Amino acid sequence: MIDYDYLTPRSLKEVLSLLKEYGPRATLIAGGTDVMVKIRNTRKAPEVLISLRGLQDLRYIRKNGGYHIGALTTHRMIEQSQLVMEELPALHDGASEVGSVQIRNVATLGGNICNAAPSADTSGPLLALDATVVLEGPEGRRTVPVMDFFTGTYMTVRKPEEVLIEFEISEDMGNFGSAYWKHSRRKAMELPLLGVAVALKLSEDKKEILDAKIALTVAAPTPVRATLAEDFLKGKPMTDEIFKEAGRIASSPDCCTPRTSLRCEAWYREDMIRVLVPRMAAKAAERAGKSRQRRGR
Amino acid sequence: MKKISLSFTLNGDAVTAEVPVTWNLLKTLRETFELTGAKEGCGVGECGACTVLVDGDAVNACLFPIPEIAGKSVTTIEGLAAGDGTLHPLQKSFLENNGVQCGFCTSGMLMSAKALLDQNPDPTEEEIRTGIAGNFCRCTGYVQIVEAVQTAAKVEK
Repeated sequence: MIDYDYLTPRSLKEVLSLLKEYGPRATLIAGGTDVMVKIRNTRKAPEVLISLRGLQDLRYIRKNGGYHIGALTTHRMIEQSQLVMEELPALHDGASEVGSVQIRNVATLGGNICNAAPSADTSGPLLALDATVVLEGPEGRRTVPVMDFFTGTYMTVRKPEEVLIEFEISEDMGNFGSAYWKHSRRKAMELPLLGVAVALKLSEDKKEILDAKIALTVAAPTPVRATLAEDFLKGKPMTDEIFKEAGRIASSPDCCTPRTSLRCEAWYREDMIRVLVPRMAAKAAERAGKSRQRRGR
Repeated sequence: MKKISLSFTLNGDAVTAEVPVTWNLLKTLRETFELTGAKEGCGVGECGACTVLVDGDAVNACLFPIPEIAGKSVTTIEGLAAGDGTLHPLQKSFLENNGVQCGFCTSGMLMSAKALLDQNPDPTEEEIRTGIAGNFCRCTGYVQIVEAVQTAAKVEK
């Protein structure tokens, strides 16, 4: 018999004091599309679920200085945000690919990241956009780069008494073009076999790559950055051959450690990294050109 | 098991329910209100047979914790036709375009289609397909369903 209490605090302060009171006996729940499924599938529940849905003021997408996205922002809000689509397009790609409309209407960005599934569709984009998470706990606030947030499959640096409240992305990321590809067998209701996110900053004449960020998901136990491939791209001319070489470097054991799983084999993941990194780099470059045009308007 | 008493709007009527906190919206609709139009297919948010509208947005009722429904407005398939029984344009269109075969997915499919047309009265075929991507139909192959939604969109215009 599944039994638990369900608490609906109305403020962050209340959430923090409940976390302190219940400690490891409590689990946080936001949209519930992971937590409810887990309870049903495992037939196990914590003593209490502490709902974050009452924190309505943590649902926002703002640009002031950098970009700020509240942890309770739904994937649907991101999908429908003109700002995200134009200025952080990889995140738009990822959020729009999660589940179905029904799932995206309730599932939150904070939940997607805190659940820390290796296949999460927003982790690659946030990693490539150099996002930072803001955590609030009894000792106050701290920020952690998304790059350091995941410690393993379904594991993060978030302490049990902390709540993820916001994602921050620096203003400069608006000068990058970015793109995310969810590699899967079906068009919807699917988990990626592999995820590839690339963000590129180009020179004024669009001929040189000034900066590059490449994130791979389902390519290692946690989402990873292919830093060697990024370093290779910096300062290089923008050509197909250069992109191709970046794909080769990104697929090497120096950058990723894909495994064979039920869903596909390691060699296929490796091969697809080699194919998809150049493809996403080209798309990111195309979008970088457009964002430059937009700013010139 | 702890129970919770909550009030919300169900198909336009103010209602109150006293149910265990561990229940979800689907179970409450089916067992407390005997509204059995929304179905449990998978129970984990994959199939969409339980789709209902909460404050106008399509959601999987099977994943919606019941304590979260307090103060919200829920529309189910039973609330889609007019009070006098006149079918909604989508319902008529599904019948006329053979969008219904076994019928198990139909309630959810119609609710997703309604949410789509309410928010986007003139959708492209691709937008329709995205709008119903979370509703599995194992009979029709989707073509007639997409046509039904297209026809209903024209009628409503």
